[in-house]
Amino acid sequence: MNAATGRRPRTRHARLLVADASGRVSNRTHRDLPSLLQAGDLVVANDAATLPASLAGVHIPSGSAIEVRLAGHSSPAWAGESATAVSFTAVVFGSGDHRTRTEERPAPPRLRVGDALLIASLRARVVGINGHPRLIDLEFEHSTDDTWEGLARHGRPIQYAHVPETLAIWDTWTSFAAPPVAFEPPSAGFILDWSMLSHLRQRGVRFATLTHAAGISSTGDPELDARLPFDEFYVIPASTAILIELTKAEGGRVIAIGTTVVRALEHAARETGHVAGGRGLATGRIGPDTALRVVDAIVSGIHEPGTSHYELLRAFHREDVISSISEEAASNDYVAHEFGDAVLITRPDAATASLAA
Amino acid sequence: MTRTNLQPLRVAITGGTSGLGAALVAELVGRHAQVAFVARHRDAIERTRRQFPDAHGIVGDVARKDDIHPIAIQIVAALGGLDVLINNASSLGPVPLAPLADTECEELEIALATNLVGPFRLTRTLLGTLAASARNGGHPLVINISSDAAVTPYPTWGAYGASKAALLHLTRIWDAELAAEGIRLVSVDPGDMDTPLHALAVPDANPATLKRPHVAAREIADLIASTVITPGVAYRSEVLL
Repeated sequence: MNAATGRRPRTRHARLLVADASGRVSNRTHRDLPSLLQAGDLVVANDAATLPASLAGVHIPSGSAIEVRLAGHSSPAWAGESATAVSFTAVVFGSGDHRTRTEERPAPPRLRVGDALLIASLRARVVGINGHPRLIDLEFEHSTDDTWEGLARHGRPIQYAHVPETLAIWDTWTSFAAPPVAFEPPSAGFILDWSMLSHLRQRGVRFATLTHAAGISSTGDPELDARLPFDEFYVIPASTAILIELTKAEGGRVIAIGTTVVRALEHAARETGHVAGGRGLATGRIGPDTALRVVDAIVSGIHEPGTSHYELLRAFHREDVISSISEEAASNDYVAHEFGDAVLITRPDAATASLAA
Repeated sequence: MTRTNLQPLRVAITGGTSGLGAALVAELVGRHAQVAFVARHRDAIERTRRQFPDAHGIVGDVARKDDIHPIAIQIVAALGGLDVLINNASSLGPVPLAPLADTECEELEIALATNLVGPFRLTRTLLGTLAASARNGGHPLVINISSDAAVTPYPTWGAYGASKAALLHLTRIWDAELAAEGIRLVSVDPGDMDTPLHALAVPDANPATLKRPHVAAREIADLIASTVITPGVAYRSEVLL
């Protein structure tokens, strides 16, 4: 399996590795996706746009150069929370940028509550340390509009050494990206463009979205990486909740585009088994022992064993099927990571009584 | 005629500190819409913001590729979504107006960047947000400000007229393509108005013979009300005010 090194290879020639309900694995392309779905199925995608969440700055007390990577929202207005200042949780790196592997980045100076930071031309303050010296709560000391101006104009998308070219913000937005609340791209959504949405509609496949603030996928610090994914806010529109109910009632399948959609829907349904519209804070990990209650199939990137994304895929099928997907991806040089190829995994017990059946 | 309240609507206007754009900010704020406006100069934005403290001013130039996503991020962050985008910012091309044979290529490129490529980029970047409005029961609308120069070949208006003609056709095609998504695009020709842009183009025009921008702004707000608030009534893809 290769790490993706080129930008945006996906919509033109991304490949799709398909594991059906019986566990049979086949090699397709992303253009085949509509033909693999049926009338009555519901595709649910995460419409979060990606923030320019990598902010170059200075730790004022020490004068050291730092990179701040925004990693979580604290009481965000978009999720119905009331806040007087724009605030985030963030992972802090020492000097340098994405071209150095995160594991090899120098550590930031010692950070303390009350420290002033100058980031993205904005004044900010450390208001909390989150059980790890590099994981902070920060608050911007500007009006909401002025804070957003600084972030929008001076932030850069978070990226990693496996894509050395500097990404533009538009490289990280899906076709249907809407509110700018994700810290890294909900990249499974790259598979959908407006033409494919139109093909899906023509096939009688419904489309809905939720907004999930996808967090960072890696920090390079083993202790922090073990805590990923961080808690993530989500909002499920009432219209999406209704379409899920309708789809279930008619025997259609719910197809999640990306791990964040699984995380939001399964969190929302954790108590009743039904998805109610509204906001929530997704916590915890999904893994092989998680009983999925809403999502029947997932489209996701190719993930390497040991990552939280890979663990989530294990909730969808038997161990031998997930293993054979990994082997097939490796032997066919599938491209891993956010700008690479994709998998479609359908649960063995997924609904089969779709309208077309 | 009573003015329809536009309270729930989130509206963004480019070129919002002068001429028709400034009149639109005033009209839409007056109708209680949530308004974000975009302009190139911070001092002009600050003046407009002092007048309309509830409106969100955003510094940016739609002709610059690198400004588009920052503008879009600030619009959506400020309004929490978007129902109406008004691509109003316009460039005349050469000033004073010149025949095409005397128009520098760069002057034509500036007119195309502001009047065609800018509205295309900003609309495309905000399409996901407009589609979200439609999925949640809204009737999102993109208004592209046009001109009779888009249709009639007036000598010396070549750069402006050609760019506005292209925008008019882009609007028609995109409206056809996006109808199934529930997103409408409409061209509006507000008529000859007493604006700074018109004064640049026709310095000796008698302002008394020109339409007042606030009259056109009221007509556009009525169009928004009839298309977005009570949709299905008399939808037209091209509107001559």
